[in-house]
Amino acid sequence: MERSAFPDRRRFLRNALSLGCSAAASPLLTPVSLASAPWDARLVVIILRGGMDGLDVVQPYGDRNLAGLRDRSLGFGEAAGAADLDGFFALHPALAPLLPLWSAGELAFAHAVSTPYRDKRSHFDGQDLLEAGTGFAPGVPVAKDGWLNRMLQQVPGLEAETAFAIGRDNLHLLKGSAPVANWAPGTDLSLSPQAERLLKMVYAEDPQFRDSAAEALQITARLEAARQAGADAAQGGTSRPAPSPGHVRVAEFAADWLRRDTRIAAFSINGWDTHQGQKSGLATALGRLSDTILTMRTGLGPVWQKTAVLAMTEFGRTARENGNKGTDHGTGGAMMLAGGAVRGGVVHRLWPGLGESDLYAGRDLLPTADVRSYAAATMRELMGLDRQVLERAVFPGLDMARIGGVIL
Amino acid sequence: MTLDPTLAAIRFGTGRAPHLPDPAGADAMLAALTGPDRMAVAHPVPSFASIYPATREIAEIDAARRAGEATEEALARKTALVRGFRAQQAELMAVAVARGLDSTDPLRERLTWFWADHFTVVSKRMETRSAAQMYVEDAIRPHVTGRFVDMLTAVATHPMMLLYLDQHQSVGPHSAVARKRPGLGLNENFARELMELHTLGVDGPYTQDDVRELAELLAGMHGTHRTTFVYKTQRAEPGPETVLGRNYGRREPKFEDVERVLEDLARHPATARYIAQKLAVHFVSDRPDPDLVATLEHRFTESDGDLLEVTRALLTHPAAGLRPMEKAKPPFDFVVSSLRALGMQGRDFRALDVAALRRQVLTPLARMGQPWQAPDGPDGWPEAADAWITPQGLAERITWAMGLERLWGLEMPDPRDFVRTALGDVAGRETLLAARAAETRGEGVALVLASPEFQRR
Repeated sequence: MERSAFPDRRRFLRNALSLGCSAAASPLLTPVSLASAPWDARLVVIILRGGMDGLDVVQPYGDRNLAGLRDRSLGFGEAAGAADLDGFFALHPALAPLLPLWSAGELAFAHAVSTPYRDKRSHFDGQDLLEAGTGFAPGVPVAKDGWLNRMLQQVPGLEAETAFAIGRDNLHLLKGSAPVANWAPGTDLSLSPQAERLLKMVYAEDPQFRDSAAEALQITARLEAARQAGADAAQGGTSRPAPSPGHVRVAEFAADWLRRDTRIAAFSINGWDTHQGQKSGLATALGRLSDTILTMRTGLGPVWQKTAVLAMTEFGRTARENGNKGTDHGTGGAMMLAGGAVRGGVVHRLWPGLGESDLYAGRDLLPTADVRSYAAATMRELMGLDRQVLERAVFPGLDMARIGGVIL
Repeated sequence: MTLDPTLAAIRFGTGRAPHLPDPAGADAMLAALTGPDRMAVAHPVPSFASIYPATREIAEIDAARRAGEATEEALARKTALVRGFRAQQAELMAVAVARGLDSTDPLRERLTWFWADHFTVVSKRMETRSAAQMYVEDAIRPHVTGRFVDMLTAVATHPMMLLYLDQHQSVGPHSAVARKRPGLGLNENFARELMELHTLGVDGPYTQDDVRELAELLAGMHGTHRTTFVYKTQRAEPGPETVLGRNYGRREPKFEDVERVLEDLARHPATARYIAQKLAVHFVSDRPDPDLVATLEHRFTESDGDLLEVTRALLTHPAAGLRPMEKAKPPFDFVVSSLRALGMQGRDFRALDVAALRRQVLTPLARMGQPWQAPDGPDGWPEAADAWITPQGLAERITWAMGLERLWGLEMPDPRDFVRTALGDVAGRETLLAARAAETRGEGVALVLASPEFQRR
């Protein structure tokens, strides 16, 4: 018998349905319709595409070697307007709007982290592997499904709206056999009854079109029902008077569904590839991240208290500035954890130092922890996932080692 | 399977049309490709150099403003110039569509779109808003039937690519310029993508050291939105560099060193393999027949990167004519082929004003997941059908098709005829039935356009 990720849930299902074998592995469970996942916490994963410069976002100003590396255009520490966090790290000024969260214990970081991806420093491979969560060994193909979907595969009988991939890119992170909704705020599929019937007929033989259309119709119907029920103004709908910027609408849409039965949401924020003019480029991207977090915090209301938001990137950037007031692709970087459920006010790290001989390949921050361990620890502590399931099914081959204490 | 006319039009062209015949087959398509480029004449695109007068004027106005000497008139002039670039971007989108609508040599359009995506550029400044297509016209289109190395060299020396991948700012660490201005230095961005995306592929046999050495070799490659390409020796890195085990460069850096490394990258076996795989995936299947890939790879190598010969190998391989159709058209290709199937002509499309182009094409394309000329990165648009046929993306395609009658004011054909025009014998039973059973002409046409047979190729 396979181990179940959720012992309590499985016991419930077995009692309710008199199933003798593993519920998690049973394909016969599809008729069971659950209102939500067997946990109440909310998890949001944001993929920061382009390679966020962890050394500039959470600045190790207490490391005496930083000055020699960031000595051209990139300032750091209080002189550059960065607020002190813990006497060693300072927060980039563009994230100043999140300082109240830090004080309230709702914001944390993990530093000197990365996936096991090394040396080629390709965005596209780096992102695929970050989202697949496996396939790092030489010759091993990247998994077709994403780690967040593999986590959902451990839970039987989920509804599609339990997990949401938001936005117009198809997130690898949530791809896989577990049902996941995919939508962007503002889209509607309104058809006449006859057109809808005929469309279903035309799509009947092509699973890709059939399933996508069915889900589009279902989500549209739910959005419409919510609108007609006169739900509050924070709908992801089309009737908003003054449209907010795209990233804010995505955050509003996420919060709107997470307030209800949705438990997982994932989306991406682009714009981190700061090869040149990092000072302004990074500030813009961080502004979007900060808006996103604050919009969700407002939109979630009391649900924020049981929410964890993870923001992860494919790799960090070179420790030294390059010749264009920017930084090139590197290795170790930083990750953000936010939310009422998070144990905040801490920068998790095993600091490797920034001396010449401390750097990875003489150029990058040396990763001292696997960024996947923090995602795994979050799922373990937030939702009660079993460590073995995390290390075997969700992130095959991961050793979570000592990583823990990320959730309250 | 020999490539039949219907599949030739759909898989290797821009779709079927009521007013134009399908290509007779592979030979006819290849013959057209070796003939004159009629669409470049019928619907011209200016060269990148055409933006210089305006970009230089903007630079002068900016300089005056910094000196506190810009007049109100000058600032208004700058706003007008920038608006002009924005409008031109929409107009040039219309040119790209018009070529797809009118062409009797549509494989040339498809190859141009393929190679433009392979060598993706995205505008990063307001002055180059309309310039991505000029770059394609200058550096890509003339070479789609030429040699790969010539396209690679044209791309690598085009200011639009140098701007996009930050090469215009990369300076050799020991160059004359860096010695004078210690703030300047190397930028690896272009060197990395040149190997990872343009030639060897990410699985290719290069290392971080190769990236670094190539970046040093490329320092000196310069061109901007105001200046043509120049190899600037005072920005170049002196001394030899080793890329993939070969030595390039001397104490006196020269552009010839860059040309040599580009030739070697273009001829590398990993490049042949990578290009063969990409072509097969783009035109035939997300999981292409290994024999097709091997054939293309050999042809690429044997012909020393002659792209006409590689294209010939693609169209004449048995896999080219195989059904069913597996690929999903990207949104732009879907829009062009829909309008072509409705019999719209290039001049009518180009008669739409900029506001209509935004409302009817640019905004819908973004909502379908393909904002015009704005992919997320230098790897261009995704190929896999499941990247496009998402619930959200499909909903937007259906909504666009359903809006054609109302939003475009187009005369809707009888759906029973339209399904034959658009799909010929690839129309399935259910789609034929839906075309007959729809309540209105507009819905019938939209259902045909939304059908898997029309969305795939």
